Amino acid sequence: MNATLRHAAWVLRGNPVTLLAGLGTFVLLLLALIGPALLAYDPIASNVPMALQPPSAAHWFGTDQLGRDVFSRVIAATRLDLAIAASAVALSFALGAMIGAFCGYIGGRLDRWVGRFVDVLMAFPLFVLAMALVAALGNRVENIIYATAIINLPFYIRFARAEVNVRRNLGWVEAARCSGHGPVGVVMRFLLPNILPAMAVQVSLNLGWAILNAAGLSFLGLGVRPPTPEWGIMVAEGARFITSGKWWLVVCPGAALMFAVLCFNLLGDGLRDILDPRLRT
Amino acid sequence: MPALLRRAGWRLFGSLPALFGVVVFTFLLMRVLPGDPAIFFASGPNAGEAEIQAIREQMGLDRPIPEQLVRYLGDIGRGRLGRSMGTGQPVVTDLVNRLPASLELTLTALLLALSCALPLGIVAALAPNSAVDHGVRLLCTLGVCVPTFVSGLLLIYAFYYLLGLAPDPTGRIDIFASQPPRVTGFLLIDSALAGDWEAWRAAATQLVLPATTMALFVLAPLARMTRAAMLAVLTSDFIRTGDALGLSRRRVVLVYALRNALLPVITIMGIVFSTMLGANVLVEKVFSWPGVASYALDALLASDYAPVQGFVLLMAAIFVLVNLVVDLLYGLADPRVSME
Repeated sequence: MNATLRHAAWVLRGNPVTLLAGLGTFVLLLLALIGPALLAYDPIASNVPMALQPPSAAHWFGTDQLGRDVFSRVIAATRLDLAIAASAVALSFALGAMIGAFCGYIGGRLDRWVGRFVDVLMAFPLFVLAMALVAALGNRVENIIYATAIINLPFYIRFARAEVNVRRNLGWVEAARCSGHGPVGVVMRFLLPNILPAMAVQVSLNLGWAILNAAGLSFLGLGVRPPTPEWGIMVAEGARFITSGKWWLVVCPGAALMFAVLCFNLLGDGLRDILDPRLRT
Repeated sequence: MPALLRRAGWRLFGSLPALFGVVVFTFLLMRVLPGDPAIFFASGPNAGEAEIQAIREQMGLDRPIPEQLVRYLGDIGRGRLGRSMGTGQPVVTDLVNRLPASLELTLTALLLALSCALPLGIVAALAPNSAVDHGVRLLCTLGVCVPTFVSGLLLIYAFYYLLGLAPDPTGRIDIFASQPPRVTGFLLIDSALAGDWEAWRAAATQLVLPATTMALFVLAPLARMTRAAMLAVLTSDFIRTGDALGLSRRRVVLVYALRNALLPVITIMGIVFSTMLGANVLVEKVFSWPGVASYALDALLASDYAPVQGFVLLMAAIFVLVNLVVDLLYGLADPRVSME
């Protein structure tokens, strides 16, 4: 453990970007937790006389077509955006790791059928599949989460399967088997914890992608409904005013999205360097 | 060449199960969709119970699910995907009419992305850790973080509102310009065939911004992969041999190294294309592009499910085809692959 920490410290010293990304992620989490309490304006209260004001000292990010403070809305949206992405990734991680691990360990018919299912999922362009799923399940926020989770699932299944497959005949797995653990016990108590660090890297690389997907869906008008503050839908509402030069309605929520994705991506890269330096490209 | 054809046949055959799975999946999606399709297809909102029942029987919705699936497969085989309530046309007709718009956009974007990503990747790989390399890396890192819909809107703001260089960002061609006679449906090709360079220019200027938006999104993975592959190839023995034999650096890099480095780039083309088909939806929405994606999206928001289903099937079919092409390209670029 000490060696790992030292290695982490060494990597961080050589790579301040990861440190910054970690700080950024921390700020995002903080905003998601306590952000709404800090706001000067109500993110959904309209104030029509103040509509479409450019950024000023009173309204840092300007106001939108209903006079709502864009800064407050961007901050208030952090919680929903992160929650959607995090729950989607957590769901596909939990399911995918389990399914993949059992497939890799048991093999046989289960493995073949799951493999086919994954092939079918992968035969769709993933964002299009997510759209269709939201359409089928119903146009609600929780369905955005399910749809994003399902399109992420194949990657986790394949990853976990491959990681377990290379370990299934190793000595310590053999030992676990011999000491009387059934397949469920071996997978849950020994194999899953062992592949967890590698999966953690996938998770943080995946979070940025999940945020982009979820925001894309709500930009299209799926899932989140106005007046809920959410980055994707804010950009969609601002899009109507971009040809008349009201840039802040698009730029501010767009920048928040970019910042979140950037932080998660860089953090994922950093984590990978710490955990598995060989994979660096 | 026969080897290549045989390989193509095999791969097509091998993709049949996936295609079948896709069809079953879309069928199931339709069956769990909210609402009774019979009511959608009825004459109006106040159609009587008897009429709805008749339509239900006519559509076979009262039969067991497996039988419905077989009927559905038969319908797809005969190209019947239902009728769109929004346009009143058969879905197949709508899709055929609108597909060229989407393809023109996607292919232009792909071409644009490749023609920027390959040089960038090569330049970065030739001088690792130089300023150029860091610049390319920064571009790649930022490129994957900007959502397509945001970059599209920013481009509109910059080039339409601020600079006034781009035309009004709606549709494929200026409404005042004359549409060329439809031959292929690709406006650039049609207007060139008709010799109408005015229309060609109008279509091209409309295409630049959406195509750039899409290209920006896939630039990063392509450039990053090119760089990594070139770096690996440039250290191999045959490159050193080429240098030692006194071949020009240009020839060594562009002919011998690049051809080998293209393999991993071709491999990720499938994934890149999948992202592009998804990004297509967003870009078509931002630029009011009259393609298949915006058609499906309008239908989706109006709870008109036949077009959505047709669209999803079409996208999956295109994607399977693209993967096939990628596979064949791979065989062409690396003859060892098709030997086995």
